[in-house]
Amino acid sequence: MKMNGARIMLECLKKEGVDTVFGYPGGTVINIYDELFSFKEIRHILPRHEQAGTHAADGYARATGRVGVAIATSGPGATNTVTGIATAYMDSIPMVIITGQVPTPLIGNDAFQEVDIIGITRPCTKHSFLVKDVKELALIMKKAFYIARTGRPGPVLVDLPKDVQIAQTEFVYPETVEIRSYKPTTTGHPRQVEKAMAMMLESRRPVVYVGGGAVLSNASDELTELCRKLAMPVTTTLMGLGSFPENDPNSLGMLGMHGAYCANMAMTHADLIIAIGARFDDRVTGKLATFAPHARIIHVDVDPTSIKKNVRVDLPIVGDVRDVLAKMIKQADKLTDKVAEFKAALAPWHEDIVGWKAKHPIGYKNSTTVIKPQFVIQKLRELSDEDAIISTDVGQHQMWTAQFFQFNKPRTLLSSGGLGTMGYGLPAAMGAQAAFPERQVITICGDGGVQMNIQEMATLVQNRLPVKIVILNNNFLGMVRQWQELFFDKRYSSTCMELPIDYVKLADAYGAKGFSTSKPGEVEKVIKAAFKHTGPVIMEFMIAREEKVLPMVPAGASLNEMVLNA
Amino acid sequence: MQHTISVLVENEFGVLSRIASLFSGRGFNIDSLSVAPTNEDGMSRMTIVTRGDDQILEQITKQLNKLIDVIKVIDFTDGSGIERELALIKVTAEDESRAEVLRIVDIFRAKIIDVTPKSYTIEATGNPLKIDAILDLLRPLGLKELVRTGAVSIGRGAKGWKG
Ligand SMILES: Cc1ncc(C[n+]2csc(CCOP(=O)(O)OP(=O)(O)O)c2C)c(N)n1
Ligand SMILES: [Mg+2]
Repeated sequence: MKMNGARIMLECLKKEGVDTVFGYPGGTVINIYDELFSFKEIRHILPRHEQAGTHAADGYARATGRVGVAIATSGPGATNTVTGIATAYMDSIPMVIITGQVPTPLIGNDAFQEVDIIGITRPCTKHSFLVKDVKELALIMKKAFYIARTGRPGPVLVDLPKDVQIAQTEFVYPETVEIRSYKPTTTGHPRQVEKAMAMMLESRRPVVYVGGGAVLSNASDELTELCRKLAMPVTTTLMGLGSFPENDPNSLGMLGMHGAYCANMAMTHADLIIAIGARFDDRVTGKLATFAPHARIIHVDVDPTSIKKNVRVDLPIVGDVRDVLAKMIKQADKLTDKVAEFKAALAPWHEDIVGWKAKHPIGYKNSTTVIKPQFVIQKLRELSDEDAIISTDVGQHQMWTAQFFQFNKPRTLLSSGGLGTMGYGLPAAMGAQAAFPERQVITICGDGGVQMNIQEMATLVQNRLPVKIVILNNNFLGMVRQWQELFFDKRYSSTCMELPIDYVKLADAYGAKGFSTSKPGEVEKVIKAAFKHTGPVIMEFMIAREEKVLPMVPAGASLNEMVLNA
Repeated sequence: MQHTISVLVENEFGVLSRIASLFSGRGFNIDSLSVAPTNEDGMSRMTIVTRGDDQILEQITKQLNKLIDVIKVIDFTDGSGIERELALIKVTAEDESRAEVLRIVDIFRAKIIDVTPKSYTIEATGNPLKIDAILDLLRPLGLKELVRTGAVSIGRGAKGWKG
């Protein structure tokens, strides 16, 4: 059947199984919106800012594992998506972003609302397409989704000029797609896996270091099975949280700049590090020259460029993490005697770890007069559903969430790890709630970052997305203030927010519900009331203003040079 | 250390800028770059001369391979490739220097492709080192203008690299 390009684009989304898109109309996408008007198979959610729409698509993708979709008009609509695209790119989140573009004859003429969005987003997309002919549209959409979700996932942008949306052609969606220049390696080499297993069984102080790749490849079950089978200690990055249950005795929690003492000590003393879908980011390694000085390194990653980028690697395995872990399990099952011997030989290592855990556990000093942020996080864990989805913004509250919430299931923490984007938390929660209307979705924000996309309160109320918004209010850009306190002589330059905001009234103005308290004794009551409320809610907690995130490895220091209490 | 890398790419919109921004975005150097279509449909071949230690080169090769439009990356560094470059050189040639220029052109088996009473324009091809050498000799006589294509490279032996 002949259709116009706008309709073909929507039909392609349907074929890809897309049920929800986040988009904002404008001149160069008005034809898409005209088609959407009568296209009932796709739920369109109108955010109040295109950045938020992109973050919502990202939150949707992280929570579901499917490709998130965002739409924006040309020019300012497109540039508003850039932060959302870069956020997704840094964390390898599968997304397709459709931007309108001025009609092809006008491209390059500095037409009204024309920007070279492909050029602008080149360094932060996995790939991008400019559709010049409506006949290419279906194939390009097929390729866009395929590229976004395979290999190391990432955002793909499709720039769709207005005249292509209007032009008509026969709609045929290709069944399969072949890209001769794009063939990601998905299965790990069996010989490399064998060698890895031999290295593991020889080691006496192994640590499994897990990143976001384990979540992206849905490898939690395999990871958990293998590590339990071999009784190996596991530490995760911020992005890896939830891939291995933190309530497992072998869990060391998060490592790195604000990681657990035991995790950083284990890395420093390890004789073998098994990196699974992690990329040795500088927030994790600390000073590279002294990172894991005694360890051999096995690195499993689907992206060959991640391997040997920052650290030397003794055994690289390129492949999908889940496939490689499944092969390792099979291998271990063939070597039951050796595995038993290995587990017994790890006893002294486990003793060391228990010692580090006992010496400096992640903790804080509670108070009866002022609310400690860590206490709020612990109460949230205690009172929320087992499968609740938590998104965070960026700052101290993000690190407290990572340290104290305890994540036991994958895809329950949505957080901007790579780019560290303030303003991410609220719209990401919105996307997750759109995907899972029945689950509890909570966003934990600071008083700074929540303002960066606060307008999305309107979207939540309008679309009946009952996100629970927690604001840990220190009236500071707390994380920056912490650095100023520790490294700049307490010169709090532009980090005090000065103006207090009445968040209860603000919630009310949007037609939502607001709670606020500064009393530790009321924390539980507020959380319970908020969870009971059926619509979106703001819970504001006035917290100890100068509380610090600890422990901390100062930037550029070695992992074992942690500031434990300052 | 200098390296010569051949990159087979899809002849798609924006490939060149993707490759250029990969180099600039990661702080890698490009000494020269040449690109043109090959005999295979929709495929172009680039020759990039770059610099860096082994680790940087490994990253460059991997990052190039990661680009969706890149079909194949070949590193010709270990002497496995034959390199050629074309240069067009305009030199001052008056009175006594005219004969000297002709002698140099002859020795290097280059060609004069344009003549005026005051200048010669020379076409020289060869290994980039040979081009450097002829330039060293011509420079004292007065170089008016110089264009080099940058190296192109092909593997030795019977095997042909395709997509
Ligand atoms: C868009 C953006 N701008 C600036 C920063 C730098 N930054 C990182 S954390 C932070 C403070 C965040 O303050 P708040 O949201 O109140 O959270 P808190 O640290 O107080 O918990 C800032 C300004 C950033 N990460 N993102
Ligand atoms: Mg704050």
